[in-house]
Amino acid sequence: MDNNILISVRDLTKSYQMGEISVHALRGINLDIDEGDFVAIMGPSGSGKTTFMNLLGCLDKPTSGSYFLDGINVAEMDDKAITQVRNQKIGYVFQAFYLLPRTTALENVELPLLYRHKMSSKERREKAMQALEIVGLADRAKHYPNQLSGGQQQRVAIARAIVNDPAFILADEPTGNLDSRTSVEVLELFQKLHSQGKTIILVTHEYDLSHYALRIITFRDGKVISDAPNLDVHIASEDLKKMPQLDIEEEVL
Amino acid sequence: MDIISIMKIAFKSLARNKTRTFLTMLGIIIGVGAVITMIAIGQGATKQVNEQISSMGTNVIMVVSNMSNTQSRARQAAGSGNLLDEGDVKAIQENVDGVLYVSPVYNTYGQLKYGSNNWRGSITGVDVDYFLIRDLSLEYGQYFYPSEVESGAKVCVIGKTVADNLFVGEDPVGKTMRIRHIPFTIKGVLKSKGASSMGMDQDDIVIAPHTTTVSRLIGQRWKFMTIIVSAISKERIPMVQEDIMNILLTRHNGTTRDDFIVRSQTDIAEAASAVSNTLTFLLASIAGISLLVGGIGIMNIMLVSVTERIKEIGIRMAVGASKRDVLLQFIIEAITISVIGGLIGIIMGWSLAVVLGQTMNWSISVTPWSILLAVGFSCAVGIFFGWYPARKAANLNLIDALRYE
Ligand SMILES: Nc1ncnc2c1ncn2[C@@H]1O[C@H](COP(=O)(O)OP(=O)(O)OP(=O)(O)O)[C@@H](O)[C@H]1O
Ligand SMILES: [Mg+2]
Repeated sequence: MDNNILISVRDLTKSYQMGEISVHALRGINLDIDEGDFVAIMGPSGSGKTTFMNLLGCLDKPTSGSYFLDGINVAEMDDKAITQVRNQKIGYVFQAFYLLPRTTALENVELPLLYRHKMSSKERREKAMQALEIVGLADRAKHYPNQLSGGQQQRVAIARAIVNDPAFILADEPTGNLDSRTSVEVLELFQKLHSQGKTIILVTHEYDLSHYALRIITFRDGKVISDAPNLDVHIASEDLKKMPQLDIEEEVL
Repeated sequence: MDIISIMKIAFKSLARNKTRTFLTMLGIIIGVGAVITMIAIGQGATKQVNEQISSMGTNVIMVVSNMSNTQSRARQAAGSGNLLDEGDVKAIQENVDGVLYVSPVYNTYGQLKYGSNNWRGSITGVDVDYFLIRDLSLEYGQYFYPSEVESGAKVCVIGKTVADNLFVGEDPVGKTMRIRHIPFTIKGVLKSKGASSMGMDQDDIVIAPHTTTVSRLIGQRWKFMTIIVSAISKERIPMVQEDIMNILLTRHNGTTRDDFIVRSQTDIAEAASAVSNTLTFLLASIAGISLLVGGIGIMNIMLVSVTERIKEIGIRMAVGASKRDVLLQFIIEAITISVIGGLIGIIMGWSLAVVLGQTMNWSISVTPWSILLAVGFSCAVGIFFGWYPARKAANLNLIDALRYE
């Protein structure tokens, strides 16, 4: 892996004003994340993980501090540039999937492409199909979200996150709504994407899942309390072989 | 992102919610439909009034003594009667340049009887020129002659309705009917003119020599004459009007201009179209209100739809939709609803106007400007009432939108 720094945050803070009280969700984060890294962020509930991910994803603005993405200060970007970053640099995977209802899997995956520069609908369709193939759901392209299991919905969401070939993938508890085997399957997918060169930042509550990452960062009370390389990297595809196979994979949820 | 792609997104989202889309559209359909129908009815009435007025004849001038004038009323009460007399008719005929035809007109009502058939009709006593002024042509038979007018012959010409009701299946020409028990010989039957816009049957008439009408039916004491004149050309009308007025003033000592009304067809047409334009405007305003209500309906449902789709908006923005994209999507949705609703409204309104025209026997006129007005207004409604919800959608905070439950 080369050592290009993709993400660099300095003294990043975020406070929410709740009437009289201000909640300090982040109290000065300093981090560098290299291109091609696979980072797991851990920490107790309320420690500021989601807040941090939202800032990295340019979905929200910090209260103070700076965030450099590819060497560019995000605070200096205008709305248009930020929209473009969201569209083309970042693939976001949410805990609750966030697929559009009454919209087929394929159309959901096409969504980021729609907001890109002009692209023929044929090309768009092809790209979306490729992304669905990567997540192994090409045969479910015409299904609506309510016809898919939770694991399948999350894979559609991952296909949507990668369809624009982003620089990095932000996944905030992507397995939070999934059973353990399906969770490992999602991690297998992330390891596959990582091996193809994607930078991945994953928030998880589960200690076991953090072992599929290369680096583990722990948050507490809006601060980083530990940041270390993972010395015991697990391979998800091998773990899956050892796990009991359910008759119907999507029975849970 | 280009407009075409946003339009596609907007159309898809409308298609995904067909019921909501249709219900929103309904307000516009009804509004535009009402505008088209109402204006069609109003314009139809205007057109018919104008036709009616031109069916009075060509270049017609009516002369009446002004009964609303106090002096004339006093004279009338004193028994001296109407200011106008046969001498005036003669004077206008002989001394006014540009006059083509002149005829006195007396009106009365009476029971008509033929055999056992009865009919209550209006009787108009005139000179032979009247047929030419009013452009009344015969279905069959002939007019009465000037000599018959002079001698006070008991002859008449009848309209189609009278003929149909008194002479069921018989040829009236040459027959004798009784008007208030006085026998009149029928010389001819007039061509049908149909119903007037006021709903009056123009064929329900009996036309008799004015001499006979006065002496046999009205009596000298109660006669009230109006004079109908036709000018040789449209251009001459104002001059002829002025000359008639001057002759009347010199012929009747001590009268003023206020004692006479000398009104041309154009004057009447102007007054009538002012009335029917007011009617059109009134109808259009009522319809416009329903269009406005339709617009508020759009806003209402768009607002609900924004709330309902907050999460969708958040998702779209998270994957790269800009504020502008969201704004445009919602505005295009609103405009699409109102334009399609407007088009359906035009078809529905037009059809309704035609159906109403046929069943109620109204005259209907769908004008291009009413269509333009309706389409323009419904577009405006779409933009105006789509703007606020669209702004609201575009200004949503991304994180709040995503977290919205
Ligand atoms: N929109 C908000 N308004 C006010 N306070 C907020 C808001 N979002 C988060 N917070 C607060 O900021 C703190 C950090 O929240 P955050 O969601 O980042 O935690 P987290 O680490 O993701 O927790 P979890 O593991 O439960 O998802 C919490 O105390 C939370 O109450
Ligand atoms: Mg969280």
